[in-house]
Amino acid sequence: MSIQNNRLSPQEFENNFSDIHPPFEHIEGAVIEANRCLSCYDAPCTKLCPTSIDVPLFIKQISSGNIKGSAKTIFSSNIMGGACSKVCPVEKLCEGACVYNLLQEKPISIAKLQRYSTEKAIAGKWKLFNRKPSIGKKVAVVGAGPAGLACAHALSLQGVDVTIFEKEEKGGGLMTYGVAAYKVTPEFCKNEVDYILSVGGIDIHYKKALGTDITLPELQQKYDAVFLGIGVGIARRLDIPGEELEGVEDAISFIYNLRTTDFSKTPVGDKVAVIGMGMTAIDAATQSKRLGAKEVTMIYRRTENEKPCTDVELDLAKLDGCSIVWLANPKEIIGENGKVKKLVCSKMKLGEPDASGRRAPVDTGETFTIDVDMVIKAAGQIPFEELVSKSSLENKSGKISINKKSETTLKGVFAGGDAVNGGKEVVDAVQAGKDGAKGILEYLTS
Amino acid sequence: MANLQSNFLGIKSPNPFWLASAPPTDKKINVIRAFEAGWGGVVWKTLGSQVKNVSSRYSSLNYNGKKVVGFNNIELISDRPLEINLKEIKEVLKLFPDRAMIISLMADNDKKSWHEMVKKAQDTGAHGLELNFGCPHGMVERGMGAAVGQDPEIAKMVVEWVMEVATIPVITKLTPNVHSVVPIGRAVIEAGSNGLSLINTIQSVTGIDLDTLVPSPNVGGQSAFGGYCGPAVKPIALKFLTTLAQDEKTRNTPISGIGGISTWKDAAEFMLLGASNVQVCTAVMISGFNIIRDMCDGLNNWMDEKGYKNLEDFIGLSVPKISKWEELDINFHIVANINNEKCIHCGLCYIACEDTSHQAISIEQGNPYNTYKIKEEECVGCNLCKIVCPVNDCITMVEQRKGAEYLNWTEFQRRGLPLNDH
Repeated sequence: MSIQNNRLSPQEFENNFSDIHPPFEHIEGAVIEANRCLSCYDAPCTKLCPTSIDVPLFIKQISSGNIKGSAKTIFSSNIMGGACSKVCPVEKLCEGACVYNLLQEKPISIAKLQRYSTEKAIAGKWKLFNRKPSIGKKVAVVGAGPAGLACAHALSLQGVDVTIFEKEEKGGGLMTYGVAAYKVTPEFCKNEVDYILSVGGIDIHYKKALGTDITLPELQQKYDAVFLGIGVGIARRLDIPGEELEGVEDAISFIYNLRTTDFSKTPVGDKVAVIGMGMTAIDAATQSKRLGAKEVTMIYRRTENEKPCTDVELDLAKLDGCSIVWLANPKEIIGENGKVKKLVCSKMKLGEPDASGRRAPVDTGETFTIDVDMVIKAAGQIPFEELVSKSSLENKSGKISINKKSETTLKGVFAGGDAVNGGKEVVDAVQAGKDGAKGILEYLTS
Repeated sequence: MANLQSNFLGIKSPNPFWLASAPPTDKKINVIRAFEAGWGGVVWKTLGSQVKNVSSRYSSLNYNGKKVVGFNNIELISDRPLEINLKEIKEVLKLFPDRAMIISLMADNDKKSWHEMVKKAQDTGAHGLELNFGCPHGMVERGMGAAVGQDPEIAKMVVEWVMEVATIPVITKLTPNVHSVVPIGRAVIEAGSNGLSLINTIQSVTGIDLDTLVPSPNVGGQSAFGGYCGPAVKPIALKFLTTLAQDEKTRNTPISGIGGISTWKDAAEFMLLGASNVQVCTAVMISGFNIIRDMCDGLNNWMDEKGYKNLEDFIGLSVPKISKWEELDINFHIVANINNEKCIHCGLCYIACEDTSHQAISIEQGNPYNTYKIKEEECVGCNLCKIVCPVNDCITMVEQRKGAEYLNWTEFQRRGLPLNDH
């Protein structure tokens, strides 16, 4: 047993990481699907979209052959509509709300239709938006993830001159670095960022991290307002013996490596345990399998009823051959020569509901042990608490506090996205970015 | 099993489904394929002085992704030599003696030409003739087709010429490109026509290519008015049919119904409004001859369910059910009812009523599903909500009479009863 890379042939890697939701190849397919749409009034799909995309309208525009209008409808509500069409858990958002579900019929393939229009727009570099002339205001946006980009785009449209500071080499945030490769390609992420920036009025500086390369007071001084879209970054520790052993990795860095190097150069164990049952846990488990791991076991301390991922995602892991162990909590990682050898788990049972309203897992005192050579931690990410606290921002365990106008406790400093909510969907971050832009505009013009 | 055997003017066919005079009945190869598929009869594509057709002949109207809601053509009568047509007709008659063979004719506009044409057609042994007084394009400009069918006097004269030599039943095919088909119908019956058929196609422009700006069909950058048919024309055909089925001078003459018939349901509707049999064209041009299987089967099953043993048992049954508006009962009143068990909360009923009708549906906001309720006091019973609802029987119209007695508009006015106050 060992952790090693290059387990599969180039062809196998290509197959394993190809798009799991293939697009419509031809307009005919898109139009047939578009014509199934009933064009509901006060549409449930729109209501369950955090960015309130006018779904019936953009679908009608596909069916009438107005693809340009369709793309503009989407991007007007969600400038990352392309990304969201690939990574949104639509089964619990728009498609989950589609009234066809109530007829026990397949819901409209909203994501696939959205992808059709947005991909055409991004590939064709369609100029759908014109920014207003500069109003002579400068705003700094920290973080080029979904929240930061959405905020920057919305501000730029209104004539604000925006400067983005991004700690990585590329924009897109978790879209670029933290999502399963079979959902989005690096090329798509790059093209999408370029497309968003093509509206003009946005300068972007990469490899500039808050707290090291730039400081908040400096930004407050140089700019009329600041938006913090810094996300969350650090994987939650398990705080169990053996966590420092070689072979214990956090899911975010595992996926980061996989997204930033060739698949063949990403090492993975023979027997992998993934701790957690969120979207990131699924992404880590399925991709371990797709990199060639022989056995992947997902460990979750509650039951299927409480799981944070969607049924669709869980099915994906099951279809990839991952084993699922419910009601199990890691207790100790046992090593040999400094390397992971076994994982000891406590058997759990459900007790009283906790703060989240879900029944809390309680240790039964019994344990079981599985042989593993790699443990991937995906039990959630924690905010940049130290960075946030150092900047004198009021926060809750690192989650930045904001008011209804997205403003933090520091005047002229706004925030949104994962940095505020602790980690939600891309689409939630986009809306937070829009909200931030709205608050900033009010602030700048009052 | 009901009996689908049809007898139209003494012309027998195993079912009431004939193929209309059109491209599918242009030559032996097509007609044999049609008969092999099971069609009851054909009206052979119109014979006349040989013509030349253009290239690019058809165009269609598509709607919400559904292709060919309406169909349009600028093809003329048969462009094949008359002698070949006559020879092939004879050959088909020999191969399928149990099927109806009608020949459509459109001679040059003089007595001698018509006489010659009728005689040649009859010599084939065909069972009947159909006079093409309906073609709306190409032939009109030559004083034929609809140019004859639009003028009762001319139509009457031509039928009289035909009847002088006709030895087999004669059907006159009427054009819908008139305000009313009744005057023409009366005229040709007076002249001796044994039966009528309708409708021929309606003059149309189906659409324009928004790149080239040329209407369809595009013949080298130009188009021309064509003849419109297909599902979209059915309601118009049914209306014309009803006027003939109700007119005292025409109602006793057998009518062959034509116009957008695609299914057995369409056929049953034509026959309920007085057609003795039906003719089909567009539907086979879109789907091939095999659609005859469901047409026969579906009609048969429906007849069994309704207890009709023969076609005659239901032909014309709906004719008395269309009256003048003035005779409708104003006291009859219905209101919509939404079955919330079936409702899928699409809101289509609400927005249709709110935007375009009587604001008779209330909305209770929900996330993500709203609840919709009928405001009975505002509902006029227009049916719109029921029409737009995607779920069968979710919205029903419930009778709530305004009064026990039958009351029509004439009587309503006579009594000076109050009109709406808002």
